[in-house]
Amino acid sequence: MTDTITTTAPTKPDKRHSKADEARRRLLRSIAVGGLVTCAALAGLLHHRLAPGAPRLRPPGALDEDAFLASCIKCGQCVQVCPVEAVKLADLTDGIGNGVPWIDPRAQACDFSCDATQCILACPTGALSHLIDKKEQVRMGVAKVVEPDACLARQGRGYKGPARGGGFRGVLRYPEIDRWRAKPVAGHPYDLALCDLCVRQCPIEGAIALEPVSSDPGDRRRTPKVTAACVGCGVCEMMCPADPVAIRIEVTPTGREPGGTPA
Amino acid sequence: MSAGFLSRTGLGLGLLLGREPVKPDPDGMTTDARDMHAFKRTPQERARRKAEIMAERAAGVVSHRWRWRRWASIVGFNGLFVLSYWLDLQLVEGALTASRVLGFHFADLNSSLQLMLAHKHAVNDFVIGASTVFTLYLLAGGRTFCSWICPYHLLSELAEMLHLRLAERRLVKDHELDRRLRTVMFVVFAVLAFASGYTLFETISPVGILSRALVYGTVIALVWIAFLLLVEVFYSRRLWCRYLCPIGLTYGIVGTVAPVRIVHHLDSCLHEGKCREVCLVPHVLEMTKLGYAAEVNTPIGPDCTRCAMCIDACPTGALTLDVKGISRPPGTAE
Repeated sequence: MTDTITTTAPTKPDKRHSKADEARRRLLRSIAVGGLVTCAALAGLLHHRLAPGAPRLRPPGALDEDAFLASCIKCGQCVQVCPVEAVKLADLTDGIGNGVPWIDPRAQACDFSCDATQCILACPTGALSHLIDKKEQVRMGVAKVVEPDACLARQGRGYKGPARGGGFRGVLRYPEIDRWRAKPVAGHPYDLALCDLCVRQCPIEGAIALEPVSSDPGDRRRTPKVTAACVGCGVCEMMCPADPVAIRIEVTPTGREPGGTPA
Repeated sequence: MSAGFLSRTGLGLGLLLGREPVKPDPDGMTTDARDMHAFKRTPQERARRKAEIMAERAAGVVSHRWRWRRWASIVGFNGLFVLSYWLDLQLVEGALTASRVLGFHFADLNSSLQLMLAHKHAVNDFVIGASTVFTLYLLAGGRTFCSWICPYHLLSELAEMLHLRLAERRLVKDHELDRRLRTVMFVVFAVLAFASGYTLFETISPVGILSRALVYGTVIALVWIAFLLLVEVFYSRRLWCRYLCPIGLTYGIVGTVAPVRIVHHLDSCLHEGKCREVCLVPHVLEMTKLGYAAEVNTPIGPDCTRCAMCIDACPTGALTLDVKGISRPPGTAE
């Protein structure tokens, strides 16, 4: 550009020098800009390595976390097919996880309304492993009673009303009402002598049961016991009426792949 | 395959990777081109060209036909992604990184490359998707993606308009960079993906970020887009597309010998340089300088995005969109 000479007019450098100067500056600028962009990309990795947040719950079939981050093409096709809109995409705040799908089970758990694995079928890269075709094979995480004192069953208490109050926007498939479509949890009140929502609504057979707290037959108190069949879908976490939530999914970053032993 | 085709392809690739254009040696030109250059240097012909340029400036007609078509294409394609999700039309599902078009898998080539380097493994659907897109751009000209589909391109064009307006008033100055930077960035991101095992480029890819923001509302990442646009307005014209974007380079390489291209016709060219003023990649239009064209009809190289701004800018129709084998202009060398 001819501009480069005119704009440095006050000092009137001689033409030859300013041309060589401009070439040198251009190279330095290029190195600086290239370096900055590389750093921007590396910042995501650094964030992931040095300040890792709580691991995200990934959709069913997700490969182990490192392989999942590498193989996900960040297109959101899994988001589009989920009938309960449980899957959402992470933003730039997730660093290298930008654009990668995750599930916030407390807000909306994966309830396998789709009869399992629509997201897996939609995944173009196999980041959600195509080897999985049954919900029982999924290993997203494992439910754990994290706030035993908050659990109603452990206090021997019942529960009346919609599981999460009238304003809750999550949905769940109630097979006895509608085999095909999930319904708002808020529109489905309960009247339970002893709260067993985590067991009652669990979509996986034999994943969770209530066990007596003591050997005293008069003791109404029960505690949720999670078995190895648990896939970590998070329905129990969504449905738990206690606040703070008594049961949560502990994400398994490894051991998620089919054939692998549950962590 | 003629010698002209090979040398032209070689030179085009060199320009794509960042080499500076050089004035062609008259010995390497076709006889017709040499004759025409000699004819154009005659005083009568000079006078005629000058008169024609004066007449054309007096008329002052500016066309934006191709620009509107292109903007409609960018808005249309990205709109289809948005509507497919929000209205559940299911025509184009996904985002620009990967999608299903009427049920067929499509995968962006640069995202695919990053993914394969990081993950070191590919499943069938994905290979099919990437191959489909590869074939598409092999034919349509790789960088057609940039100017006809990429949403960042549209925003960047608007930023460029602002930049040029400010530059006219001497409020900002374009800081040019070394064009080899893009090739370096391509290698850097490829090596980073392979070495780290993560698709690091995808984190900051404006195409992915914009596409996902449009479809899924992940708007925080738009901070990065805003930053890039600000830099383009105030510091360096079209910084990302010109000097940085590895996606552009990937598509450029794929479309190196595409039959869809813009062709320069020496006979009607007045060598005013209006095309180079509007061009994103003006180094591909060197043949429009007086005495530079090695052929009478020269196809423009792989770095060209087929944006057709030069066609809009050219008052004499010396640049046309051409499909090899279909719309061959008379006298083409092949």
